[in-house]
Amino acid sequence: MTTKEIINPANLVYDKTSILTDNVMHYCPGCSHGVVHKLIAEVIEEMGIQNKTVGVAPVGCAVFAYNYLNIDWQEAAHGRAPALATAINRLLPENVVFTYQGDGDLAAIGTAETIHACNRGENIAIFFINNAIYGMTGGQMAPTTLVGMKTATCPTGREPHLNGYPIRISNLLAELDGTCYVTRQSVHKLAAVRKAKRAIQKAFENVIAKKGTSVVEIVSTCNSGWKMTPHQSNLWMEENMFPLYPLGDLKDR
Amino acid sequence: MEEVKLMKGNEAIAHAAIRYGCDGYFGYPITPQSEVMETLMDEAPWNTTGMVVLQAESEVAAINMVYGGAGCGKRVMTSSSSPGMSLKQEGISYLAGAELPCLLVNVMRGGPGLGTIQPSQADYFQSVKGGGHGDYKLITLAPSSVQEMADFVGKAFELAFKYRNPALILSDGIIGQMMEKVILPPFQPRRTNEEVRKECPWGTMGKTDDRTYNVITSLALEADVMEATNRRLQAKYRQIEENETLFEAINCDDADYVYVAFGSSARLCGDAMEMARRNGVKVGVLRPITLWPFPTKEIERLAKRVKGFMVVELSAGQMVEDVRLAVNGCVPVEFHGRTGGSVPSSEEIWDVTQQKLIKK
Repeated sequence: MTTKEIINPANLVYDKTSILTDNVMHYCPGCSHGVVHKLIAEVIEEMGIQNKTVGVAPVGCAVFAYNYLNIDWQEAAHGRAPALATAINRLLPENVVFTYQGDGDLAAIGTAETIHACNRGENIAIFFINNAIYGMTGGQMAPTTLVGMKTATCPTGREPHLNGYPIRISNLLAELDGTCYVTRQSVHKLAAVRKAKRAIQKAFENVIAKKGTSVVEIVSTCNSGWKMTPHQSNLWMEENMFPLYPLGDLKDR
Repeated sequence: MEEVKLMKGNEAIAHAAIRYGCDGYFGYPITPQSEVMETLMDEAPWNTTGMVVLQAESEVAAINMVYGGAGCGKRVMTSSSSPGMSLKQEGISYLAGAELPCLLVNVMRGGPGLGTIQPSQADYFQSVKGGGHGDYKLITLAPSSVQEMADFVGKAFELAFKYRNPALILSDGIIGQMMEKVILPPFQPRRTNEEVRKECPWGTMGKTDDRTYNVITSLALEADVMEATNRRLQAKYRQIEENETLFEAINCDDADYVYVAFGSSARLCGDAMEMARRNGVKVGVLRPITLWPFPTKEIERLAKRVKGFMVVELSAGQMVEDVRLAVNGCVPVEFHGRTGGSVPSSEEIWDVTQQKLIKK
C-alpha cells in the first residue's frame, strides 16, 4: 500500500474519537490515564451520549481530565466527586453522570463519599484508577500502596505496623447493596484494553438502565512515581499488584 | 386573603424553600436546626414540586452535593448549625471560587468546639470574614423574625443568582426555634430544565451542539490566571457592596445613642431602646440586615452626629470590630455580649448601656 493510499479517507481503519479534545495531555509517557481517557471517550461516542454525559473530575493526576473530553464537567474538591455526582444525578436523572478518581481521592480522603454514594445506589459510574501511589503530589503513599513498596512518605517501604495495609476498596464496595457492577480491569495489554472498554461501556449502560452504582477499577501503572520504565512498570504491576488486586468482575447483577 | 401561620423559624425556612421553587436540599441533622430537613421530609415536595431532599452522610458531603447541584444551575441549598458549618467551609470556599449560586443556612449555637446547643451569634467572623481559605465573600443575611426566615430564602436565592455567589442566612437558635406568625410566600413553580439552561448557560446540564463544553472549576495553576480570577471576584464584591447593603434604622433620626445589633440581639435592643426613651434618653437601633455587605456608610454617617454606639451580640465581640472600623474613632463604641448560650435581658442591656456609654 502506498502512502497516498494510506492517507485516503476511504481506507481509514482507525481515527481519534471526536470526544477527545486536541489538547496535549499532561500525563507522563507510559501512564495508564491516557488510555482510560481514550476508552471513556470512545464509549461515549459509540453510545451517542455526548450531550447527556456530565463528568466529575478528581483532585490528583486526573485533575485536568476536563481538558481532554469534550463533555460538560465539574471539578470536585479532593475526594468529594461522588457527592457532586449524587446531586447531579438526582437533579438531572436523565443525564449520564460519572466520576473519575484516583486511589487517594477515592479510597482515602473520599472514603465516606464513595461508600455512601455506592450504598445509596446512585445511578452513576465510578472510574477508579488504582496505581498504588499519589502521582500528582510527587509519589507519596496511597491507601492502596503495597506492603514493602517504597514511596516518598514510606521511603523504606510500607510497613503495616506503621501504615496499615493496602485497602481493597472495590471488594468493600461490592458488598454494598447499592452497587450493581464492580469490576477490576487493567489497560497494560491489548486484550486487557478491550476488556476494560467493555467494562466501561457496561457501567454507562447500567447508568442509563438506572440499575445502581457501577465501579470500574483500573489497576494502573505510574512509571514516574514507581521510578521504572513503562515496560518495567507493566511487568511489576503483573507480578506485584495483580496478586493483591486480581482482575475480573467482583459483582455483576 | 393572606394565609397566616404559626411556626418555628426552621420550619419557615423549609416551607419557603419549597414555595420559592428550590430544586434541591442536602443536609445533615444537627441541633438546633434539624426541623429544616424534618419539615421538608414531612412535606415530601418530590411528590408535588419535584424538589429533591436528601439526607447526606456528613456536612462535608452535603455541601459538595450543593456544589454539584449548583454547578448544574439548579436552585439548591443546605442548612446546618455552627459545628456543621465549620465542616462545610471547604465546600463554601470552592463554591465561592467556582462562582456558584446557592443558599446556605446557619442556625448558630454556642462554641467553640462541640459547645452547646443554646443560641449564639459567634459565627459572625466565620461568615463575613471568610471561614474557608482564600479571598472570598459570602452574601450574608441576618433575619430577626420567623417572617424574615421565610422572606430571606427568596432574597438569598435572588442575590445568589444575580451575582453567581453563595448566599448565607445567618440565624441563631432563638430565631430557629421560636414560633411566630408568618405569612408564607405564594407558590412559585420550579424552573424547567429549559429555563435553567437559559438562566444559567454556564451550567453542566449536558453539552449542546450550539456551545463548547462547560467546566465548573475553581482551579487555575498559572499565577496570572488566578490573579485575574481574584480581580474579577473582588470587582464583583465591590459591586455587591455598592448595590445590596440592607439595614433597618429604628428611631435613629433624632438619636443621641445608637444600638448596633443583628438578628435576635436587635430585638432585645429594641426593647432596651423603649426603656431608654421612657427614661428620656434618645436611643435608636441600627440593625444590619446584610452583615456582608456591611452598612459601613450608614454607620459612618451616624457617627458624625450621635454621641456614641452600643454594640450588643451573643458573642465575645465580633461585629463590634466592623462598627469600630466604620466609626473610626469619631465617638465611643462600647460593647456588651453574652456567650455560651446565655441571652441578656433588655433590662441588662439598658443597665450596661447607662454604665458604659451614657454615664461615662
